[in-house]
This record gives sequence, structure tokens and C-alpha cells, in this order.
Amino acid sequence: MSTTIKFKNIVKKYDDNVVIPKLSLEIDKGEFFTLLGPSGCGKTTLLRMVAGFNSIEDGEISFNDTVINDIPAHKRNIGMVFQNYAIFPHMTVYQNVEYGLKLRKLGKEEMKKRLDDILKVVKIDTYKDRLPDKLSGGQQQRVALARAIVIHPTVLLMDEPLSNLDAKLRVEMRTAIRDIQKKVGITTIYVTHDQEEALAVSDRIAIMNQGVIQQIGTPKEIYTRPVNTFVATFIGHSNLFEGKISVDKDGTSVVFPGGYKVPMTNLSKKVKDKENVVISVRPEEFSISRSGKGIKGTIHFSTFLGRYVNYEVKLENGQVIEVSQDCSNHDDIYNTGDSILLEVDSNRINVFNELGVESLIDGVNKYES
Amino acid sequence: MKAKSRKKFKLDFWTSISILSFLVFVVFLIYPMFSLFIQSFKDVNSGKFTLDNFAMFFSKKYYYETLKNSFVVTILVTILAIVIGAPLAYIMTTTKIRFKSLIEVLIILSVLSPPFIGAYSWILLLGRNGVVTKFLTNTLGIKVPSIYGFTGILLVFTLKLFPYIYMYVSGALKKMDASLGEAAESLGCSGIRKVATIILPLIRPTILAGSLLVFMNCLADFGTPMLIGEGYRTMPVLIYSEFISEVGGQANFAAALSVLMILITSVIFIGQKYLVNKKSYVMSSLRPMEAKKIKGYKNVLAHLYVYIVVGLAIIPQATVIYTSFLKTRGSMFVKGFSLNSYKTVLNKLGSSIANTYTYGIIAILIIVLLGMFISYVSVRKKNTFTSLLDTITMFPYIIPGSVLGITLLLAFNKKPLVLGGTFIIIVVVYVIRRLPYTIRSSAAILYQLSPSVEEASISLGYSPMKTFFKVTAVMMLPGVLSGAILSWITVINELSASVILYTGKTRTMSVAIYTEVIRASYGTAAALSTILTVTTIISLLIFFKLSGKKEISL
Repeated sequence: MSTTIKFKNIVKKYDDNVVIPKLSLEIDKGEFFTLLGPSGCGKTTLLRMVAGFNSIEDGEISFNDTVINDIPAHKRNIGMVFQNYAIFPHMTVYQNVEYGLKLRKLGKEEMKKRLDDILKVVKIDTYKDRLPDKLSGGQQQRVALARAIVIHPTVLLMDEPLSNLDAKLRVEMRTAIRDIQKKVGITTIYVTHDQEEALAVSDRIAIMNQGVIQQIGTPKEIYTRPVNTFVATFIGHSNLFEGKISVDKDGTSVVFPGGYKVPMTNLSKKVKDKENVVISVRPEEFSISRSGKGIKGTIHFSTFLGRYVNYEVKLENGQVIEVSQDCSNHDDIYNTGDSILLEVDSNRINVFNELGVESLIDGVNKYES
Repeated sequence: MKAKSRKKFKLDFWTSISILSFLVFVVFLIYPMFSLFIQSFKDVNSGKFTLDNFAMFFSKKYYYETLKNSFVVTILVTILAIVIGAPLAYIMTTTKIRFKSLIEVLIILSVLSPPFIGAYSWILLLGRNGVVTKFLTNTLGIKVPSIYGFTGILLVFTLKLFPYIYMYVSGALKKMDASLGEAAESLGCSGIRKVATIILPLIRPTILAGSLLVFMNCLADFGTPMLIGEGYRTMPVLIYSEFISEVGGQANFAAALSVLMILITSVIFIGQKYLVNKKSYVMSSLRPMEAKKIKGYKNVLAHLYVYIVVGLAIIPQATVIYTSFLKTRGSMFVKGFSLNSYKTVLNKLGSSIANTYTYGIIAILIIVLLGMFISYVSVRKKNTFTSLLDTITMFPYIIPGSVLGITLLLAFNKKPLVLGGTFIIIVVVYVIRRLPYTIRSSAAILYQLSPSVEEASISLGYSPMKTFFKVTAVMMLPGVLSGAILSWITVINELSASVILYTGKTRTMSVAIYTEVIRASYGTAAALSTILTVTTIISLLIFFKLSGKKEISL
């Protein structure tokens, strides 16, 4: 039995300082939902409001339509995994996992079965009698996860659970977490500032900035069709250009600085001729032109990375952009000082209004809470 | 849609605990202080408000001289303690000294014994009938200057209190990275110049903090000047004698004196805080200074200095233990050794031993519980109220023991709460005076524990109260216990408040030692002191074992 989580007009204040102004959000049954944003954006604050460790100044949070605002933290039946694991240092692995179960009136056999199962699922059954200080970071993380899941919580909350692990273990653990979550089928809210991690594990992601949700979508939607320049630059790298709209007999196009004109078919109807816009192009959305058209630049710096080459390209107006090229054709590697022309893939680039707060691509709408 | 007000006041576990702890302090500290204050402004006979009590103090030389005496003694002792203690710490940290660990334990021991034992054993040695005095006068014909009065007080206090400076300074030196000194040397600055330009400035805040401790202890101590001061009277002695004096009716005057004392110590305390806060250095030592072997005359001098200073400091303890095994007839010592003194103690004064342990243990239990609660709310549930609570609990730190004793007695000798003469009032004074040690050590460990461990327990379904006892308290315990043992050691050695509060039935060991000394029954006093010292040593060993450290901080 899985749970939906609803946030309705949630407000968080510290004294008179509003950290989260009116936030609304719905998380589906069994969903792996990630709150992603720079530090201080309010994502952990929001998570702790669900857990009951932060007060809710206004609005409602409900699980399956039951409002939980006034339920104290220890009665919310929540599984929580903390950034520093928060393993009880004076208990063995087994005692740690057993701790929460003890309160739930279970038969001896049922309890033992659940414990044995979960220890196997998270692969810590061989260390069950060890004390936490004899465990590695990854093992402690598994204990924390087991301890949170074993009580069959209504929802699972994870607060930057991988940020204290080294890079290799982080990748290994995020796959494990994803696997276990799907196996148990529990609605999960995951907080992170690591975009790669978010893209890898989530069903949907909410990008937050300054207490406001910027965009909600699947990893693919968010990466390919960001709603504003904040999301475009926060998720992955985007090169931003100050361009213009041009409407003439050939149809609607965007014009890059320097005059390179790209016909567009997916712009929204409201764009006007000569309107100033921000064009956002990811490094892999460039191709090096042989047709004589494109943005002029010189290679400033090149980094060979095996599967692809990264170039820093200096444009005529002095702007330095990042370009990434597949290395399938090894003859086409350019050196510092080479002059090139860059074309863009009109189906993939994004166009925003002058302030960068609204996407001009048809069908990409701002998140309205 | 109207938003419901969710700010309704809920009486949860921690709010109740805060309020309860606060009430304890309202009843046993704020109310008594307040009534002391009122009393100090009341006329003895008419009960009208007046400033006469204060005027009387400042108008008669007999009275105001004690204040001057107190200051002269305290300032001189503080300077001497720094002059002796700081070099000792420097030598012990930078050079290899033989039997170093033994010396460290001896220093701690000399700190932890009650100061009046020092006074009394110096009387045994250098007093009118002292062993050394007799030897020098009778055998060598040298006339020894009198130990009584100013010189005696100075000697006893200095030897008793320099270890504080030693402990503070060596603590700071341990935190200082060796590279600092080496950097100075590589720049061509060594020896005394290095000490003066690098090391001294860096430990100055520490020296200041240590001096405050010396200053407060010296200013507040009543036992030493009482025993050895004779005509040279200090403030605590005056307060005590005015309060106890059988002429009666002097309670208001004693109250006024107490208010004055509190005023002085507060000003000094706040002034010191201001000075230290303004200038303190954050130091982290990756590689602490190493004790190096030195050669030649410097090595001899260093050893001589350490041994002589520590030897002098430990003489009182040694004398007392030695004396306790001497054969006695009545209260006179005769030739040979025996356990007479111990027998007498057990027959006549056994109850004082039992009292010390009973009251001490009750007080410690309360201290541990209150200490954990108060440190928890002041660290984890920080708000205006709990900060106030924290500040109030630290206040007794600066109230001299005898003043606190008088304060409580004045408040609880009358209805509605008559506690005077009961053992409860002694336990109360123990708790109030020694709680700060435990609060501070508990708070220190709490700061190291991540709150998320508690949140993990709560999210797993344990209420905040259950979480505290199952998780937080268990993790805090080592820190709490080491603080509690320090509290315990100072509780069993407490004299200045209990000497005012005791009755025949509630006499404790330290009080018994004091009264035996006053009666010149030195044998029994020595035996009791030895029992006290042994208890202290055992407690100290447990402390070392628990904390895994070989040092204490007061």
C-alpha cells in the first residue's frame, strides 16, 4: 500500500525570514521524487517539514489525504536516511536495524523474518554483529537504509545520503538505492545538490531555487527542455547567447550574435520579430560546420577525453563557449588557434525570453504551484 | 481559506523539564538571593529599609580593612601563582623530566584537597609547636619567622593555587603547534625572546582565565585565613564570624557583606569575560610540542625547579598522611606509630564519614540528572528561556561558598520552607555549587553529537523522552560521568558552605576536619583528611579510566 504526498500552499519562516513561500506539489504512489537545487534553496527544509523536524508555518502536508501537520514526528511512521547516516554508535548493526521494529507490536517470528530479509536486501547480513565504528561509509549507509525501510514506513525520506561517500561508491550506492526502492515500492523523497545523481535515480525531479520550485519533470524533460536559464545552466552545462527573433518570408528564426540565422519550427506563437531573446545551446548541440555558415570562433583550448573532445571556443565578441564533439572521426580534432564555424541543432536548442525566465519553445510551460 | 493558528502552546517533555529545572533554581537560588538582598537593606531592630549596614562596613576600619586585606592577599597570590605555575608548565611541556607522570598526578592531587588542609599541615610543620620550628629553634638555634598571619596565608594559597595556572597553561601549550615555535626559531628568534614574543602572547588569554580561577578561589576561601590568619582577617572570615557570632542580630550586617562580595566577584567575572573574549586565539595543533632532553646545568636547574615546587605543593598531603599514623595520647602526639587516630575517628566521627558519602551520592545523582537535562535544553532547544536557565545555573560559580551558605540559611530558616539544620540544605548547596561542572562537560559532549542521531530515533517512532533515555543519554554518559566525578570530588571536599549549614547531626568529613583542627585534635583531623584524600585519589583514578585522559580541567 503506497502513499501519495500532497503539499498545499506550504510556507516556512524562520522568524520573519520567509524561506519557502507558498509551495504546492504532488508526489505519486511509489514514486522516486527528487528535490534538486543549490545549497540553501530550501530542499532540506522542505524534507524536514515532511519528517516533522521543522514546523509548518502555513499550508498543509498530507499523506493519502490525511493532513499530517499536527502529528508529532515520532508518530508519522517515516523512514529517514540522514546525510551523516546517524547510526546509533552504541548498538550493533543488528540492534540498529531492530531498534525501530521493537516499538511495532510484531510477533517474534515476523520480526526475525523482516530483519533477516532486509539485511539480505541491503547486503549487510554478514556484518550484523559489528559495531558501527568497524564499518565503512558505504556499509554504514546500507545500515541506515535498512533501518529506515524495515519499519515499513509510509514514506521514505533521504537527505543527501550519498554526499559523504567517495565518487566510485556514490555511483554504486545510488544504483543500490534505486533498486531497493523499486523492490520495496515505497514513495520516496530524495534531496540532493548533485544533478548527475538526481538524473540517475529519479522518476521525477523538482528543481528548486530560493524556496520556489522552478520546474518539475522527468530527468529527460528537465535536461532537454528546461523552463528557464536557471534550470538550463544548473542541470548540465549550457552556453547562453544574446540573440534576436527574426520573422520574414522564410518563417521564424533565431539570430545569433554575428548574424548566424537558424530557422526554428517549434517556437511558441507569441514570439515577435526583432524580440531580444536568450539562446541556450548545450556543448553537444554544436556541430563543426563545413557549409560556410555558422558562428565564427577560434579554438582557445582543447581537452581530449577519449570518447569526446571538449573545446573552449573564443567567439568574435570575446565570449568563450564550451563545445563538445564526438570522437568517432579522429581526423577532425582541432588544435588551439584553429578557426572554425559552429552550427547548432535547431531541434535541440532552447530559446528563452530576454530575462531568461520563460521558455519560448512551444509547450514548455513554467511550473505553476 | 483561513489558516488555522498552529502556535498553540504545547507542554511537551522538554518544555516541562526546562520549567521544572528553572523552578528548582528559582526556589533554591533566585529566591534566597533576593531575600539576602532585601535583608542587607534592613535595619536590625526596626526592620526598616536603610543603608546603615553598608555604611557601618565602610565607616569602621575594623571592617573595611578586611576588604583591603582580601584584595592584597588575592592579588599577590594570583601574581605569585602565575610566576610559579606558568614556567612550571613550560618546563614540563618542553623538556624531559624524570617521573613526569607521577609529578602530574601529584599536582592534580594537591589541587583537589581542600585548601584548609594545607593551612593546617603548614601549622603542623612551621607553627609555634611545629616539627620544623622546634628542630630549627632547639637544635640549630635559628629563630623562625612566624607562619601565622599574612605570610602564612600567602604561602598556603600560593602553593595551593599555582597548580590551576599550571593546568591551564599546559593545556594551552598542548594545543599549540610545534611549528609556531620552530617558525620563530627559523626566523632567528629563540630562547627567552621566542617565549616572550610568540608563546607568552598566545597563552595570555589562558593565563587570564587561570588567574580568574585563582583569584576567585583565593578571594572566596574561608578555611585558610581562619586557621592560619589569626589577626589578619579577610572578608570571608569577617562574614563568617559576623554571621556566627553569638552576639546575635548580625544577620543583616552579614547579608550586606555577602551582597558586597557577590558584587565584587560579579564585576571581576564580567570584566575577565570581556578581556578573554576580546582576545583569544583559535589554535589547532597537528603536531604538539615535544618534550626534549636537555643537557648540562640547564637540565639540573629544570629538574630542581620542578621537584622543589611540586614537593612544596604536596608537603601538606604528605604531612597529613604521615601524621595520621602517629601514636597519640589524648590530642597529643607521642613517640611511635599507631592506628589510634583512625580508631578514634571511627568511634567518634564515623557519622561524618557516612554523611559525606550519603549526601555526596544523593547530590551527585541529582547533579547528573539535572546536568544532563539542563545541558540538553540549553544546547538542543536553544531559546531565550533556556539560555536564561543556562546563565542562572552558572551563577553559583562566582558566589563564594560561605556567602551561598548564608544566603540559603537566611532564606530557609523561616517559613514557608524550613530546611535549616536538615541534611536537605547541605545537599541543595552541593547541587547548586557543583552543578556547573557537570553541565559544562555534558554540553561539551552534546556539541559533538549530531542531532540527526536523535532525529533518526524519533522518526523510527520513539517519543522525544524515550529517545533521550535510549539514545542521547547513553551517548552522553561518558562525558557526563567525567564531569560528575569532578563534581563529586569537589563536593566531598566542600567546606565553606557546609561549615555554615551543618549541625551536630549533619556534620560532614571536611567540617569534622575543620572542627578537629580548631580543637587542636590534630591526630583525628589527619586521619579524616587521609580518608578524604584516599577517596579523592580513587575517584580521580576512575575519572582517568573513564575519560581516557591524564588531565583534568576545572
